[in-house]
Amino acid sequence: MLEINALSKNFGGIKAVENLDLQVQSGEIVGLIGPNGSGKSTLVNVVCGVLKPTSGDVIFEGRSMAGQAPSTRLRHGIARTFQNIRLFGGLTVWQNLWVARNSPKDIRSQSIVRRWLGSSAVLKREIETMLEFSNLADKADVLASNLAFGEQRRLELARAVAAKPRLLLLDEPAAGMNQTEVAELEQRIRRLREQGITILLVEHVMQLVMGVTDRIAVLNFGSKIAEGTPNDIQENTAVQEAYLGHSDEV
Amino acid sequence: MDYYLNLINTIGIHTLLGLSAYLLILTGQVSMAQAGFFGIGAYTAAIFTVIFEWNILSAIGAAMLVSGGVAFLVGFPALRVRGLMLVVATVAFSEFARMFFYNLKWRVVRDGAEIGPDGTMGFAEIRYFNDNGWLNWEVTIFLWIFVAVVMALIWWADKTRIGAVLRAVGEDELAADSTGINVTVVKVAAMTAGGVVAGLAGSLYAHQVTDLDHHTFTVLLATFAIAYPILGGLSNVFGTLIAVVFIQGLLIEGLRFLGDWRMLLFGALIIVAMNIKPLGLFDNQTIRVLRNALGVKRQGNSV
Repeated sequence: MLEINALSKNFGGIKAVENLDLQVQSGEIVGLIGPNGSGKSTLVNVVCGVLKPTSGDVIFEGRSMAGQAPSTRLRHGIARTFQNIRLFGGLTVWQNLWVARNSPKDIRSQSIVRRWLGSSAVLKREIETMLEFSNLADKADVLASNLAFGEQRRLELARAVAAKPRLLLLDEPAAGMNQTEVAELEQRIRRLREQGITILLVEHVMQLVMGVTDRIAVLNFGSKIAEGTPNDIQENTAVQEAYLGHSDEV
Repeated sequence: MDYYLNLINTIGIHTLLGLSAYLLILTGQVSMAQAGFFGIGAYTAAIFTVIFEWNILSAIGAAMLVSGGVAFLVGFPALRVRGLMLVVATVAFSEFARMFFYNLKWRVVRDGAEIGPDGTMGFAEIRYFNDNGWLNWEVTIFLWIFVAVVMALIWWADKTRIGAVLRAVGEDELAADSTGINVTVVKVAAMTAGGVVAGLAGSLYAHQVTDLDHHTFTVLLATFAIAYPILGGLSNVFGTLIAVVFIQGLLIEGLRFLGDWRMLLFGALIIVAMNIKPLGLFDNQTIRVLRNALGVKRQGNSV
């Protein structure tokens, strides 16, 4: 579904990502881990079109994404969340989802007037489903900037899912969450997989990565040093030296 | 009486000017081009009524099209710059437009007299209302119908997804892009709509004052245009109207008795207002207080 071929991204002299290959199959949950500065977020930003690769190619469902803006890639089916939450703070929870929920094909069959007025029954039902999914049903009219941290994380995930993506890039969705919230997030990610959404998960919280992914790729200094099932990765000595060996979390 | 009608006309025209900047500021663009669009609207409408002898509505429509078209063209290069650089680029555009009219000489002879824009001498004798026997209060009502319609349209659009999309781009362009919003289309559309509204304001201004001078369309006018929505707040269109009444009615006219001290107090009062109400005079908090006081219930998805 997603093929990353010989991808490199330089910032000046710094090689953030170097000659990286990664495949994600449809329906998979793939984890992407690595120490800070190993190029994980850069990779996400290249895949969703925020950054242009220095060389290499991103192919999504057989189509090269070169030169496509993030909004175009979203229409092709790639959505993402941000490492630092980027909601529309001055808009309500409802409006945040409304903005995202307009473009998908199934909604486009609805009358454009009713979609833009917000009176389309299908649109309303879909947004209500998203509110329930993210446990924000009673917060629809609250400004996003007034939400608690955990709620903002949930809304950002819902906003990405609202666009009906086939591939979802999650950039450290569990950062700053407590144990209960991480467990909830894990449930949510599983539900998304049941809906057929393929997920690339960048994460530091090992509890989540080891629990939910089918396959993990490990980055260090911009290169892939290992790839395999969560068990393989936990036993991989190269990974332990580069990353897990220094961590108290595991 | 005429003094008050003139003041009410000025408030209406400046409200339209402020709303044209309001549309752009919603998308995060601080544009000083509104003075240029205003001037283009003023000269275009006046040329149509004076030289081509069109009726006022057709001339206003043509002026809106021309200034909107220019704004559309300005919108594309403006996308490449943001923040302070956009301010500088749009100041340059407004000066360009002003210098164009400073040099524009197009005199035609009608009934034995020369009329039309006369370069540095300005564009005098825009006598449409006078020639057609309009009374002053009729002009004021005519003008305020446009103000009311534009305010109602923007207020309504803000309740639809249009408002949500404009504000989403203003809040965070990267997030908007990643949410599927074509930021280019939204910003150019806002620039165009702002140009149309500023052109309307200019065309009404030209016929109300009957005498155009390029000195009107300077950076100062552009500063006023963005000061209104910033001072009034971006909660809704009434903030801009209140800011215009505050600046034009209270500060400029109301303090006239202070003579030269007026300008000093003018600046000081704006600083005080922005410190007391950093989100604008008519922010959500004010609206909530007013609603509670009037016993109005919150409704719908609005805040």
